[in-house]
Amino acid sequence: MTDQVYKTDALIAQDIDAYLERHQHKSLLRLITCGSVDDGKSTLIGRLLYDSKMIFEDQLAQLEADSKKVGTQGQEIDFALLVDGLAAEREQGITIDVAYRFFATEKRKFIVADTPGHEQYTRNMVTGASTAELAVILIDARKGVLTQTRRHSYLCHLLGIKCIVLAVNKMDLVDYDQAKFDAIVAEYTEFANSIGITDFTAIPISGFKGDNIAGHSDATSWYSGPTLMAHLEGVDLDQNTSAAQEFRMPVQWVNRPNLDFRGFSGKIAAGTIKPGDAVRILPSGKTSHVDRIVTYDGDLDSATAGQSITLTLKDEVDCSRGQVITTASAPLEVADQFETTLIWMDEEALIPGRSYYLKIGAQTVSATVAEPKYQINVNTMEHAAAKTLELNAIGVANITTDRDIPFAPYAENRTLGGFILIDKMTNATVGAGLINFALRRAQNIHWQATDITRDHHANLKNQKPAVLWMTGLSGSGKSTIANAVEKKLARMNRHTFLLDGDNVRHGLNKDLGFTDADRIENIRRVGEVAKLMADAGLIVITAFISPFRSERQMVRDMMAPGEFVEVFVDTPLSVAEERDVKGLYAKARSGQLKNFTGIDSPYEAPETPEIHIDTTAMSIDEAAEQIFKQLLGE
Amino acid sequence: MKDVQTHLSRLEAEAIEIMREVVSEAENPVMLYSVGKDSAVMLHLAKKAFYPSPPPFPLMHVDTTWKFQEMYKLRDKAAKDAGMELIVHQNPEAKEKGINPFDHGALHTDMWKTEGLKQALDKHGFDAAFGGARRDEEKSRAKERVFSFRTAQHRWEPKAQRPELWSLYNARKAKGESMRVFPLSNWTELDIWQYIHLEGIEIVPLYFAAPRPTVERDGLILMVDDDRFPLEPGEEPVMRSIRFRTLGCYPLTGAAQSEAATLTDVIQEMLLTTTSERQGRAIDKDQGASMEVKKQQGYF
Repeated sequence: MTDQVYKTDALIAQDIDAYLERHQHKSLLRLITCGSVDDGKSTLIGRLLYDSKMIFEDQLAQLEADSKKVGTQGQEIDFALLVDGLAAEREQGITIDVAYRFFATEKRKFIVADTPGHEQYTRNMVTGASTAELAVILIDARKGVLTQTRRHSYLCHLLGIKCIVLAVNKMDLVDYDQAKFDAIVAEYTEFANSIGITDFTAIPISGFKGDNIAGHSDATSWYSGPTLMAHLEGVDLDQNTSAAQEFRMPVQWVNRPNLDFRGFSGKIAAGTIKPGDAVRILPSGKTSHVDRIVTYDGDLDSATAGQSITLTLKDEVDCSRGQVITTASAPLEVADQFETTLIWMDEEALIPGRSYYLKIGAQTVSATVAEPKYQINVNTMEHAAAKTLELNAIGVANITTDRDIPFAPYAENRTLGGFILIDKMTNATVGAGLINFALRRAQNIHWQATDITRDHHANLKNQKPAVLWMTGLSGSGKSTIANAVEKKLARMNRHTFLLDGDNVRHGLNKDLGFTDADRIENIRRVGEVAKLMADAGLIVITAFISPFRSERQMVRDMMAPGEFVEVFVDTPLSVAEERDVKGLYAKARSGQLKNFTGIDSPYEAPETPEIHIDTTAMSIDEAAEQIFKQLLGE
Repeated sequence: MKDVQTHLSRLEAEAIEIMREVVSEAENPVMLYSVGKDSAVMLHLAKKAFYPSPPPFPLMHVDTTWKFQEMYKLRDKAAKDAGMELIVHQNPEAKEKGINPFDHGALHTDMWKTEGLKQALDKHGFDAAFGGARRDEEKSRAKERVFSFRTAQHRWEPKAQRPELWSLYNARKAKGESMRVFPLSNWTELDIWQYIHLEGIEIVPLYFAAPRPTVERDGLILMVDDDRFPLEPGEEPVMRSIRFRTLGCYPLTGAAQSEAATLTDVIQEMLLTTTSERQGRAIDKDQGASMEVKKQQGYF
């Protein structure tokens, strides 16, 4: 097997300097291979590694031994074993992931994202596709265009891959029949056009036999196009398009070695920059000119998309991590509401209304996702109504961020339009998103400044506004204690208002039920009302189960620092259930009442509440007294 | 690097981006420095990433006391040249018990390296540690993330890895948890060598062939680097022209017989060679215990 002769070997042996000179000018192509084991994906990757001489002799010896022992190709080499890892690993659930493989030829270095193709691994495929410039979509020549072919093509197109290769594999098993190949290409063309793929390259191959991989196959004399390897080496890369756009660079880090130097470090997302160019910083809108492009290898005359650089500006302007430096005359759009396409990646489904972290470029903000407009069936491309997105689901939903962010639609620029969503409690990456466009209403509603401020209101009442947020299980005593606290405050001439869970659901929130999403919207509205009342100078007392930490945090974040006082009315479930003042626990246990906190819906206790009330150890009055004292700082 | 479209310039820009991201998001980062060629490249990239500032984190060497003498020499020089603080950690327990590669086998690596690393990270409260590992080194590394999350007990949970899309790295973590970050994830051995060549990066002379005192054990050629090497009765070190493809503890690192005395010779030999890089490391061979298991326990 080692008798294959590589033309590079001669050069390496004779003139290593010439070889190095040539190879340091190699370009890089990142690609993804789509298909399942049945399509011969692992065999193909193994073959590419082998044909580009990335397999060493010790690995080859191992491979030959393994092929005889466990291979599926009789006495011949089973290339799939090179990349498949071990079956045991697969069973451990470790291998089903994205693996990256590397090989290089005379002209290019390749990074292959190797991901499983089944529908339950959509998130892995999306991850692999996010960095790929080219996709190899494998088809089994015996089977033709399948559901999974459509899914893989759709996902690659969605993630913005412009170069698509349709590798019609296992041609050896259909006797290299041109008619079969042509029929598959015709069928695929029709589908590809329907989802917006305008161009692709179809190649008849056999990963197992090596036909049209590195060398032209005699068996397909009817095929005059490039071999797979030649196509991968020669395909025109997209890099220059992003270089031709206007200049955009998210600031990753402010470089301040001393008082005389202030540089803005980042990787250029689009365009080209030169010293003297006028730039605008977003979202602040401030302008300046580029002074120097600083690198370790000396100042540059110009820098372009893909380079990591440090810029200094001629003026002392504010610019911090997360802001984007752009061409002054053609800045990015800035908005806080977007239509997005979301890919959900977590076991816990999307909760509309919940506050997640959104990371885009070098910026992390808070964001809430509205109920999806629809979910996309990745097999049929049909749209279906959806209340949420489960693991591996793809849907379209509006997103609101807590501040303006500079962006570009994903279709224009991956860096400026792609984002991830992070769960605030678990810190897990739960979703990935593509910005489609900004919603206009964000731009047309402005905050109207008023002359009488919240401080005026508070001063008139001669008190410090606060939001006393009681949280605890149903029947823990929140309402009773809240009522007692309000009476005490009223006796001291404090201006108060009590927002009670049941009462609010009679009016403001009568349209909401008890699903997770409705509970979150319930709390959001109460939070907004409490905020208005605090702005009016009142001490607001609320009594809501408010079972989720994220939403209590969301309300806390709405208020001025120190204004939100979390009161944990701590009653064990068994005690609350025994009290069962309203008979609700009995109903929930018998199944008449769904989504009841503590029974079939979780309660997330506060970790560090400002006030902790143990209702099993004190009376209502003692509890009210403790809260009253702590609130007034006594 | 001036030529912006080459594979090396793209890998360089990516590594710099990763390092800047860590410095921005972590509270107390550190760069693990093993003195090998990958560490040398990583350190060089750190200088580039933050220039004109020095890299805003210390270098840390988790020492086993069994490294080659030439490695200790270059380590101290490299830290000084970069203007960085150098932290050297030696597991006091391993030191006290006299753990060594000759008598203790796998325990040596476990105590000095795995335990030593955890101790050092805990001692200094580092919440992000750069490592020079590459995905092409070994099968289980191929699916490792660039930002690899560790529990408060330093365990790697392969099933709980975060999806990594585009160049968006989620560096958020709870108190006590930490990240291992691998800026060279997408580099191959050849990339490393080409970059060293192109950038003129100083590496330990052991990578170049020279006559050195050696003995042969279990098919590996080992270098007798100091007088702690226990020779068999009547055994005499033999001078051989050797070099190393990877560097670790000298009693665990097999040498290759070679005449490649310059960098280009080494690259030439590497390109024409027929065995994979990690073959020279005894660690991968012990009882089939995979890197995956070692990593779960906290090995880098």
